[in-house]
Amino acid sequence: MTSQLSANSRPDPATGVDGPTGPTGTGSRTTRILGLITLVGIAIGAYLALVSSPQDENMGDVVRIMYIHVPIVSMAYVGCALTSLGSVVYLWKKSQWWDITAAASAEIAMIFTALTLVIGMIWGRPTWGVWWVWDARLTSTAMLLLLLLGYLAVRRIPADAATRSKRSAIVGLLLFPNVIIVNRSVTWWRSLHQGTTILNTLKPKIHDQMAVTLVVAMVVVALIFAWLLIHRWRLAWLEEQLDAHELDRAIAERRAESAAATGSAS
Amino acid sequence: MSDWGYVAMAWSLTTVVLVVYAVWIIVRGRALSRRVPPEDRRWA
Repeated sequence: MTSQLSANSRPDPATGVDGPTGPTGTGSRTTRILGLITLVGIAIGAYLALVSSPQDENMGDVVRIMYIHVPIVSMAYVGCALTSLGSVVYLWKKSQWWDITAAASAEIAMIFTALTLVIGMIWGRPTWGVWWVWDARLTSTAMLLLLLLGYLAVRRIPADAATRSKRSAIVGLLLFPNVIIVNRSVTWWRSLHQGTTILNTLKPKIHDQMAVTLVVAMVVVALIFAWLLIHRWRLAWLEEQLDAHELDRAIAERRAESAAATGSAS
Repeated sequence: MSDWGYVAMAWSLTTVVLVVYAVWIIVRGRALSRRVPPEDRRWA
């Protein structure tokens, strides 16, 4: 009995205060297992992409950049779609869970889109001979990045939580339609960027081993995205809780000051 | 620059950006956890 009591009243590892205990950060058993699987996947993916897969007959070794470029842009699209979905559900049901999901997803999508552009430039220099060209695919991707930055900027405009969430959700609705424009840009307009390669089932344009490597890389980057999303969601949740606690504390202080002032005046 | 130079640049940049972002999330999460009551950390 005594040992049970002492076990239940041990200090919280994060705050050092006796009472109920919680995790020390954004991690949990699930994310640690996911992280371990992701690390193993990264090792396998890197071996396949950098050692095992063959050179491309046109691009040579530069094709190895594709094994990060394509999965990263794919997950950037997923992140944008998730933000738009979260925005729709927030506007419909006022769900805080979906609002936080949209925000966390948008930040990761922004980083992945920025990486896509920079990695694409690094690939473009040896392949096209230029770092940048105002091509339909590149320009629409740059616009997607600006839209994501706009979404994150709107979330930082000082306002109460409901107003901030509503404003950002309206911007979030624009993300998925823009993803469709980016994805279809190589079909709708004349473009220097290559067209559909992986999803072209009628005339596959990719070597078998390259296709396997690309699929593995897609799975690994999806795992990285999932790990980041879970942790970023929990961080955003902590930020929301802290804001709410600080607001409660400020209101209580103002009430106490007001009560003291009223008492001294009477 | 050789093809492998461009490959190394792209892979290194991706690794650095993702590692820095992941570390930032973990460190900030640990710092905020100390200021939020355990009952509000629901993933325990």
